[in-house]
Amino acid sequence: MKKVNLTIDGQHVSVPEGTTILDAARKLHLDIPTLCYLKLEKVNYLNSVASCRICVVEVEGRNNLPPACATPVMEGMQVTTNSRRVLTSRRKNLELIISNHPFDCLVCSKSTDCELQSLVWEFGINTQRYKGERSTHPIDKSSGALKRDPSKCIMCRRCETMCNDVQTVGALTAFGRGFRTVVAPAEMMPIAQSNCTYCGQCVSVCPTAALTGVGYIHETWTALFNPKKHVVVQVAPAVRVAIGEEFGMPVGQIVTGKLVAGLRRLGFSAVFDTTFGADLTIVEEGKEIMERLEKNENLPILTSCCPGWINFLNCHFPKLRYMVSTCKSPQQMTGAMVKTYYAKKMGIDPRDIVVVSVMPCIAKKYESALPSEQTYGIRDVDLVLTTRELAKMFKEGSVDLRHMPEEEFDSPLGQSTGAGVIFGSTGGVLEAALRTVYEKATGKELTDVNFTSIRGLQASREASIDLNGRTVRVVAVSGLGNTRKILEKIESGEEKYDVIEIMACPGGCVNGGGQPYAAERDDVIEQRIRGLYHIDRNQTLRVSHHNPAIQAVYQEFLGEAGSEIAHEILHVEHLMED
Amino acid sequence: MSTDPVTSPCGEQHSEQFTELDKHIDKLAIDSKNPRRKDTLIMTLHHAQHIFGYLPVEVQTHIAQCYGITHAEVSGVISFYNFFTITPKGKIQINVCMGTACYVNGSEKILQEFERILGIKAGEVTPDGKFSIESLRCVGACGLAPVVTINQRVYGKVKINDVRDIIEQYIIEESETVEEAVHA
Repeated sequence: MKKVNLTIDGQHVSVPEGTTILDAARKLHLDIPTLCYLKLEKVNYLNSVASCRICVVEVEGRNNLPPACATPVMEGMQVTTNSRRVLTSRRKNLELIISNHPFDCLVCSKSTDCELQSLVWEFGINTQRYKGERSTHPIDKSSGALKRDPSKCIMCRRCETMCNDVQTVGALTAFGRGFRTVVAPAEMMPIAQSNCTYCGQCVSVCPTAALTGVGYIHETWTALFNPKKHVVVQVAPAVRVAIGEEFGMPVGQIVTGKLVAGLRRLGFSAVFDTTFGADLTIVEEGKEIMERLEKNENLPILTSCCPGWINFLNCHFPKLRYMVSTCKSPQQMTGAMVKTYYAKKMGIDPRDIVVVSVMPCIAKKYESALPSEQTYGIRDVDLVLTTRELAKMFKEGSVDLRHMPEEEFDSPLGQSTGAGVIFGSTGGVLEAALRTVYEKATGKELTDVNFTSIRGLQASREASIDLNGRTVRVVAVSGLGNTRKILEKIESGEEKYDVIEIMACPGGCVNGGGQPYAAERDDVIEQRIRGLYHIDRNQTLRVSHHNPAIQAVYQEFLGEAGSEIAHEILHVEHLMED
Repeated sequence: MSTDPVTSPCGEQHSEQFTELDKHIDKLAIDSKNPRRKDTLIMTLHHAQHIFGYLPVEVQTHIAQCYGITHAEVSGVISFYNFFTITPKGKIQINVCMGTACYVNGSEKILQEFERILGIKAGEVTPDGKFSIESLRCVGACGLAPVVTINQRVYGKVKINDVRDIIEQYIIEESETVEEAVHA
């Protein structure tokens, strides 16, 4: 590729043609401040709309100050990143942005995680210089999952890029023009009436609190302090490799034992593991897979663990709905088992049990509230907290995760396998299913349970497995834009698969919309995934149906996989609310 | 199992207006894989507004489907341009020019007089759906300032006292066309 030579702040640099001034400067370790700009290479995300004008620089021979993020380098260019004119302009731009931003940082849920706040702090701005008209808009919490507070929006358009370009959901648009522009669903309708999937990827790129999750911390404390309620908690796999970040621990560090101890300190009567539900899912879904393969009908089977993906299916590919597995998600299965099996075992009225789940996800909040996600008229899961919310509860409740002892999950819904743990990563559900299906279908024990070809961050990974002479073609996809590509090929008949695992968030649950905010997300996703596979590798039990707790549940309660009672409690028609 | 019959997005059963819109869209032969297909969107929205008088949600989602884009995107474009409206306009559409020349010649007072007599504000429609008022920018007839256009007709050098007469004239014309229709 052709190289271009230029100087930035007097230093020579040679970069490939097409490089932006911003990237060229970063090569020289010149850290030009940015706000709206965001690049996540591994998930194919680039937002360079140059709307904030914080990254402006001076270019010799040019009258205006071009934005470094969207200006390609040119041969012989002389760039200055810190002249008086540049610094004054940047500061003025930032002061104008905050002149139309609420000053309620003290009570803002994004405080200390807000990129606007950090920038104001870095610039040393300590007064509100411009006082003008403020745009005010109502807060939209209609979905019970995703909270939109457009008054805090700075028009960076990161969410739109994520929603439209990467996820191809298209729920958000810039509505109106000029000062009155607001990023909203079509016709400014409430988000609950839009085609939003609640994947929460917009939340993870929003620099301010314009897009966040609807919080349930208060409701959880209220339940915990209610002596009449038996409050149990379940934790998703992706939480244990991420929540440490909120306590200054290294990215991807495994904190399972400390997490369990912390939850017990908060007062939960029992601490269960969603990976138990994951193992249960595999046994049920494994049965479904084998049945469909045997009859050779309704293929490919699509996984149903991810509610963001299910919402996408309902909105964008309703004709393929018959392909999706009828299994509830691990969160809902665990909740349902708590309110039936566990309640019976403990002699507690299920109406007195509150199931709280800690999820890396925004869509799980939506899923838990669906009328279809109930068992015998009782909600399977009552309250859903994100990883971030739990970290806040820990801090409020004097739990310093770093200094917690290592404790074990409670039985009977706390025992799991490595297969259940890898559910938190893209490819994990499929790998877990293959381990069980292979053994059940062939009657042979796997000598190597690792299906490494379907791991990784590539858009999709496929494999072909020989099951009693039949070649089974499987593929794992993450990210809804990648999902769309595969489903279009299925619809047109261009590609044929037998089993497809789909997760709405690029990289899977480890990169969910409820996970700790991360600046260098590309690396963070990989390290969290590595953490999950590390847990799996060190587990003695790595195949779901080998889990003795699962075997006991079938023996004592469910009978066999796919039984009538299993269908009543653990299966559902996955339809979105209108 | 999904039993929905497979229909092409533009080929569903609709009222006459939708048929007319589809005729226009079909001519464009939109290729849903072509990233430049959206180039004709504004033209199509113009056309749709001409046919329907406004752009209700059903029309927006229909157009979005034909283009293979999201409703949000169509909605965003509509919201950007003042010309497009998502609320129905009256049968008789009164437009008062607020361009510079008209404005300095008192068009604001003219607008207020229309608003006063009809009891609605600019951008609204009378409850019987007969009249709607809009204010718009220069219509290019500054020599006639202040200018009011009603449907296809242009009124120049309008005075406040003319406003009532103009409205009455339309009420009479309207009742005559109704009578003609009855006696035909």
